[in-house]
Amino acid sequence: MADTPLLLREQQYHQIKAVLARLRMDSAAKVVFLVDKDGQEIASQGELGNLDTTSLASLAAGNVAATGGMAQLIGEKEFPTLSHEGERESIHISVIGRLLLIVVFDERSSLGLVKLRSKQVSHQLAVMVDEISKAEFTDEDTAFAEITDEDIDSLFQ
Amino acid sequence: MTFINYASREINCKIVYYGPGLCGKTTNLQHIFESTAPQSRGKLISLATETDRTLFFDFMPLELGTVRGFKTRFHLYTVPGQVFYDASRKLILKGVDGVVFVADSQEERMDANVESLYNLEENLQTQGYDLMKLPYVLQLNKRDLPNIIPADELAAELRRKEEPVVEAVAASGAGVFDTLKAVAKQVLTELRKG
Repeated sequence: MADTPLLLREQQYHQIKAVLARLRMDSAAKVVFLVDKDGQEIASQGELGNLDTTSLASLAAGNVAATGGMAQLIGEKEFPTLSHEGERESIHISVIGRLLLIVVFDERSSLGLVKLRSKQVSHQLAVMVDEISKAEFTDEDTAFAEITDEDIDSLFQ
Repeated sequence: MTFINYASREINCKIVYYGPGLCGKTTNLQHIFESTAPQSRGKLISLATETDRTLFFDFMPLELGTVRGFKTRFHLYTVPGQVFYDASRKLILKGVDGVVFVADSQEERMDANVESLYNLEENLQTQGYDLMKLPYVLQLNKRDLPNIIPADELAAELRRKEEPVVEAVAASGAGVFDTLKAVAKQVLTELRKG
């Protein structure tokens, strides 16, 4: 059957945002994202502007999935980091368990600094990710149990 | 895997359209994209070859509306249908919440349908899923063509459980939203049970 849902509580969300904000500052990055390996955006911080974060999250996950497949073909479990250098802007992706830490940076930063700072927060994020993965529905989550057929039908009217 | 963000009050689910090459998976998404108001959908990302065959995946986020105070967003994906892209198909199925199998109704594509369906079951199993327990819809596409297998015969051959079967002509949009509605309902019903 389908996996149990991934639940991100409000407090956890704000804690993650705080970590990403600090990472962005420490690495002089433009934007920092946390994305699920399935392509769902968890949180982001930075100069988002008109950036299509949903598409970026999906493509980053696809990228990691594809290169992960390549890694396994050559006997590696996965590539823990991926870097893409552009003319003006670059992307660095770190794999943290089931999540991807994506840092978009320009000439104000450097790959070395981004890699260093990403590694420094990875353990903290890994602990947070572990907590999120273990979260289950509680008695407070009555909203979902109360969803009716009419509620669902109304989405398609 | 359904992702529920309590801070932004969002439910995010992943639907994958599966089926043999040229059956109409991408056409389904293109129709949904063209028929949906821009504020309710994101961009349609298509990673395709120069001849417009899906190379890796198509992706489109769709916002259906609000349920119990939560925005429901469906991430629609298609897989590449050509046989030799099996490694990619496995990857795209990861985290799936619901599957649509798009069957090509033409007589000469029957073997391809069966092979693709078997491939779906195998790849789901590899990812730890059981088709029998997953939200699932069977779409019989290309019902407008002359050389097609009768719908009841096709359904009898391809149906795996009591899944909804929707006849469609994705090129004109017929049946596309009925299919999406059917699988989305099942996904949200599973969430309610959870």
